Amino acid sequence: MIRVVLPQHLSTLAGTGREIELDIDGPATQRLVLDTLESAYPMLRGTVRDPSTRRRRPFIRFFAGNQDLSHESPDAPLPEAVAAGTEPFHVVGAMAGG
Amino acid sequence: MNAVRVLVGTQKGGFVLAADGRRTDWTVDGPYFGGWEIYHMAASPADPDRLYASQSTGWFGQVVQRSDDGGRSWHPVGNDLRYRGDPGTHLWYDGTPHPWEFTRIWHLEPSLTDPDTLYAGTEDAGLFVSTDGAATWTELPGLRTHHSAGSWQPGAGGLCVHTILVDPSNPEHLHVAISAAGVFRSDDGGQTWAAANRGLRSEGIPDPEAETGHCVHRIARHPARPDVLFMQKHWDVMRSEDRGESWHEISGDLPSDFGFPITVHAHEPDTVYVVPITSDSQHYPPDGRLRVYRTRVGGEEWEPLTRGLPQHDCYVNVLRNAMAVDALDPCGIYFGTTGGQVYASSDAGDTWNPIVRDLPRVLSVEVQALP
Repeated sequence: MIRVVLPQHLSTLAGTGREIELDIDGPATQRLVLDTLESAYPMLRGTVRDPSTRRRRPFIRFFAGNQDLSHESPDAPLPEAVAAGTEPFHVVGAMAGG
Repeated sequence: MNAVRVLVGTQKGGFVLAADGRRTDWTVDGPYFGGWEIYHMAASPADPDRLYASQSTGWFGQVVQRSDDGGRSWHPVGNDLRYRGDPGTHLWYDGTPHPWEFTRIWHLEPSLTDPDTLYAGTEDAGLFVSTDGAATWTELPGLRTHHSAGSWQPGAGGLCVHTILVDPSNPEHLHVAISAAGVFRSDDGGQTWAAANRGLRSEGIPDPEAETGHCVHRIARHPARPDVLFMQKHWDVMRSEDRGESWHEISGDLPSDFGFPITVHAHEPDTVYVVPITSDSQHYPPDGRLRVYRTRVGGEEWEPLTRGLPQHDCYVNVLRNAMAVDALDPCGIYFGTTGGQVYASSDAGDTWNPIVRDLPRVLSVEVQALP
């Protein structure tokens, strides 16, 4: 089980709380977590990743365990604590604007 | 018709304003989608309970919302709008080639007859259609691949299709307006397009009378007279008698012919409204006086409408999609400002009252007359 923390706008859009739990089918990577997220909450498609390139949108960052994972390969293994569900995977909207 | 619903898109959410046919006592519901930019909300003429909204932010991209109950509840629908094939390049602000990139939907234009069919005008400039209630979208690439498209440059707001007009007498006849490319016309439902800018003159481009490159801010028509079009250009208010084949200026005695919105009275095809703005570098009303101008003779002769509007110290703007009319009699006129006021007139512009004064910056206003 993976824990994912969403920014407020996306949790509102998805109709969930800020933290959700996902059961993923395979080794925990950014790509698999986000694929599973979008499958469980189709209204989030296109809001975290560009729908055509599947790349992280420019003002979105991924944090976990006090690390910025935004520039890691989407297929790199996520930290063990995230894979084990003891640490959440944070989807963050960059601090900018109002 | 015994009620109206005003759909207001703002920089921080959508609002629905409602009143009975007297249009004096209003309810204000919202914000819907709070914190998001709502560039446009639009209602299906075929089903007054079917509404659509374009919701976006720079962080999370584009979401399209749909309501099937007149705005009481909403649900996200399809937001995958992809240009077909290699999208190519247009010109950037500095004149260098720039890849076509989807940013947002500026304008939603529901079909006159089918609640599930609607067009979307986008930034970067493209035209998309959905026939399944906005679940899926298909680009009509003939517009974006017009022979002039590689030379199109964005206006200050982006390279956007901000206006879509469907001819009620023949829905295959479409017009779009693009900032800053101009007007384009299709006679085959959007498959192929021709520039429709003859007669426009824009001093800010190398050839002032070029086929394209004009910063057209808004076009409008009366549904009973589809051949006649009106235009508020960056500078100049214009009129066409021949579906945009040619244009002539009707600015006449306006205090400034710079502005953004233009709209036509619901029952009088020669009664037209504009909101003059001081200049391209001073986006506020001349002399700090918010005045709507009305012509009753199709242009040239304009009268200021001021009763109920602030006549001193007013420095708001009215954006291109932020003025609309209802179909009641007498015709109602509505506009929203960058200061968050939404003004209404229930007597064709003679007098005005604010429905609400402190919304976020108003991006768009649409009106439904309800049975």
